[in-house]
Amino acid sequence: MAELTGLRGRLREELRPYRAVLASRARSQRAYRASFAIDMASSTLVGVVELAEVWVLFSNVTSLGGMRFNQILLVFGLADLAFSLADLSFGHMDNLPTFLRAGTLDVFYLRPQPLLLQLITTDISLRRLARAAVGAAALGIGLATSHVSWNLTTATLLPLALLSGYATFAALFVWAAGLQFFLLEGKEMTNAFVYGGRYAATQPASVWSRPVKFVFGFFFPMAFTAYLPAVTVLGLPGSAWLPAWAGWCAPAAAVWSWLMALLCWRWGVRHYQGGGG
Amino acid sequence: MTDSATDNGAIIETDGLTREFHVRDGRRRRLLTAVDGLSVTIESGAAVGYIGANGAGKSTTIKMLTGILVPTAGSVRTCGLRPVPDRRRLARQVGVVFGQRSQLWWDLPVRESFRILAAIHQLTRHEESSRTAELVEQLEIGGFLSVPVRQLSLGQRMRAEVAAALLHSPRLVILDEPTIGLDVLSKQRLREFLIAERLLHGTTLLLTTHDMGDVERLCDRILVIDHGRLAYDGDLPGLSRTVGAERVLVVDLAEPMADLTGLDDARHLSSEAGGLRQRLAFDAERTTAAKVLAAVAGRAQVLDLTVEEPDIEDVVRRIYAENR
Amino acid sequence: MRASARVYWRLLAAGFRRRSAYRLAALGGLVANLTFGLLKVAILFAAIRAAGGQLHGYTTASMSTYVWLSQGMLGSINMDGRIDLAQRVKDGQVAVDFLRPVDLQAATLADESGAALFSLVPRGLPSVLLGAATVGIQLPTSPVFYLLGAVSLVLGIVISVATVYLIAVAGFWLIETRGLQIFYMLASGFLGGLYVPIALFPHWLLIVATATPFPSAMMYPVDVISGLGGARTAAVLVLAQLAWLAGLAAVGQWLTRAGRHRLEVQGG
Repeated sequence: MAELTGLRGRLREELRPYRAVLASRARSQRAYRASFAIDMASSTLVGVVELAEVWVLFSNVTSLGGMRFNQILLVFGLADLAFSLADLSFGHMDNLPTFLRAGTLDVFYLRPQPLLLQLITTDISLRRLARAAVGAAALGIGLATSHVSWNLTTATLLPLALLSGYATFAALFVWAAGLQFFLLEGKEMTNAFVYGGRYAATQPASVWSRPVKFVFGFFFPMAFTAYLPAVTVLGLPGSAWLPAWAGWCAPAAAVWSWLMALLCWRWGVRHYQGGGG
Repeated sequence: MTDSATDNGAIIETDGLTREFHVRDGRRRRLLTAVDGLSVTIESGAAVGYIGANGAGKSTTIKMLTGILVPTAGSVRTCGLRPVPDRRRLARQVGVVFGQRSQLWWDLPVRESFRILAAIHQLTRHEESSRTAELVEQLEIGGFLSVPVRQLSLGQRMRAEVAAALLHSPRLVILDEPTIGLDVLSKQRLREFLIAERLLHGTTLLLTTHDMGDVERLCDRILVIDHGRLAYDGDLPGLSRTVGAERVLVVDLAEPMADLTGLDDARHLSSEAGGLRQRLAFDAERTTAAKVLAAVAGRAQVLDLTVEEPDIEDVVRRIYAENR
Repeated sequence: MRASARVYWRLLAAGFRRRSAYRLAALGGLVANLTFGLLKVAILFAAIRAAGGQLHGYTTASMSTYVWLSQGMLGSINMDGRIDLAQRVKDGQVAVDFLRPVDLQAATLADESGAALFSLVPRGLPSVLLGAATVGIQLPTSPVFYLLGAVSLVLGIVISVATVYLIAVAGFWLIETRGLQIFYMLASGFLGGLYVPIALFPHWLLIVATATPFPSAMMYPVDVISGLGGARTAAVLVLAQLAWLAGLAAVGQWLTRAGRHRLEVQGG
């Protein structure tokens, strides 16, 4: 018993620095009421407009990539929810170029915590909650109207997909940050695969050409965050290179993404520190 | 394996420390040696001034001492640890004040920054409260504890930064241009605090600065770095002596006189009030103020006199010139 | 009058040169164009296939043209609703601008348009070329469309700046223009035809869109250059753009004068 409390106490002590920073950032964001409200509202609107794009397409056709509107809603909702949550916790990492230019990254080196963990916990974008709400709403409506049969499979796969999607998108932010050590002014380039990735994740991957399938299906495994799990859950047939059971591989996609992200991060940090010549 | 060196062991030890950069010079790429074969040992409890021109390698040295940069060659140990592999352990024993970069949270009150830092360094509640109280009192921060950092004046901010760096009672404190831009009073207060801190806790100080006042009042050892190389390692008087800097004898005469040129060991610098006050420079190695005074007295009646020490900036400039 | 024209030309050139310094950002933008372009092509082609090969006059070939032209224009059309002037109005530095013997609106239009024109070089043209190389696009054969297209493109750019200008000068009265700016960001993209061609909108939404200046900034130039609908349609679109520009310029002038007056009354 004492051992357990000892472990828990140690864990709490280890997390104490990160909690302190995050709590103060959250507090300070909520404090500026008016601008926070505007931020939330705008986040919501952005989500609605993205959804409107899908809706406009479906006002012209009844199925895209083998999916009907309510099924696409499921994909969109899952992807957008996972992305918004990841953006909430990791989105501020695109400030790294600012730190690099001002030299303020060095301040993190003076603290007794791992550099990446510090950067991840240095901020939290609460306003993304509003956008997450849009994603959640789309997901809910999609689930409800798609007549998804609720069994052990669906009950396991959906949360698994959401978690894996969150992890995959989070890895994208870290990946992009790692590249900033080399690109410096090149945030637009990493935006291409971070926000392009988000866009790709909301699409039915069956419509993609082969090169796009390679890039967003496997390299940046966006298809695994929402579309493939949706296909599995809905019991739809698979397509070329994307079998119907691929939705279960979502965790593998997350692992792969984090592997690449950490490698890239490590590469970038070593470049910054001049290690390895 | 103990964390730190023994109490009277070296707190900083470098051997042939070298750091090179590849810089792009328009089209070409060349190799810039920012730090070149630096070998110094600094004992615990010392107060060292690290001076040099801009770009001479001071910041690069500090980055290698704290584990931000990897040396290209040579070795370095800070508090007995290797900075890059043991960075996180080292961070618990070192405090750094960057003059230009802030460690505080810009939009939060000072008090909040201290609380977060206490959490970061995992101080116990007792340590946090007693240390914070001590620093707040000594640096007179009490008046602006609840003011957001971005609203502080430079002097206030620097005091807060120093407190932040010292919150976890580090054995070694590195200050990078801490008094830059401060007014005279603030500088003095800061210096007094650092002296007291050293006395009380035995903290080692490593100070990079352009302000010779800092060096004179705080440091008992000076390292001069020029183009990455150590140009001088010793105390301040020794520095003046080494460079052969001149002391200046200022004499006030009873009557205005023509310039006192042609003296054996003294050089006439300038005259004021038509020759009533004259400035004579002499090499302290080769003669004394007394001898020069005697020579002047042989030619005129001296009413009053002053001896000026060499201007430190001048001394440092001569070192650079000599090493060229 | 001659001297004035030269001043504005210089401002245009200055804006052009200013943007030319951001090489890496331009390259990044091009990569983004390519990425989003390929994704858009995928989904829009699927829509056309689902509609039986033709959707509101778009075939896959002309849809590809739409995608690459609109992506290429992204660097030149202001999509985030912010220009430097907005900050100057907010902190009052615009008082200095009023002291100069140039019209604030005209100067801003010239400067920002110059910058926007530059982006056509590293982003605009290459996007179209890359699109042609990877997916293939369909371009008109008659030179009329290219001539009108060039005019339409320039008009679109200026209209975009003129619209954002209104948001900037709103800062004379509004303390926080962020709400306006965010609304602009969403509307200019969606209603401007960045997400999907506005021809695909449901009828009521199409009316809403054409009642705003946004399609005249992006959608119309794309339609004119692609030659969709023939020469007559192209001419009508250009005329519509001219009308919008005139209207925006007039409102902008009026707001500028009012704003200047307010500044003078309140004290710079």
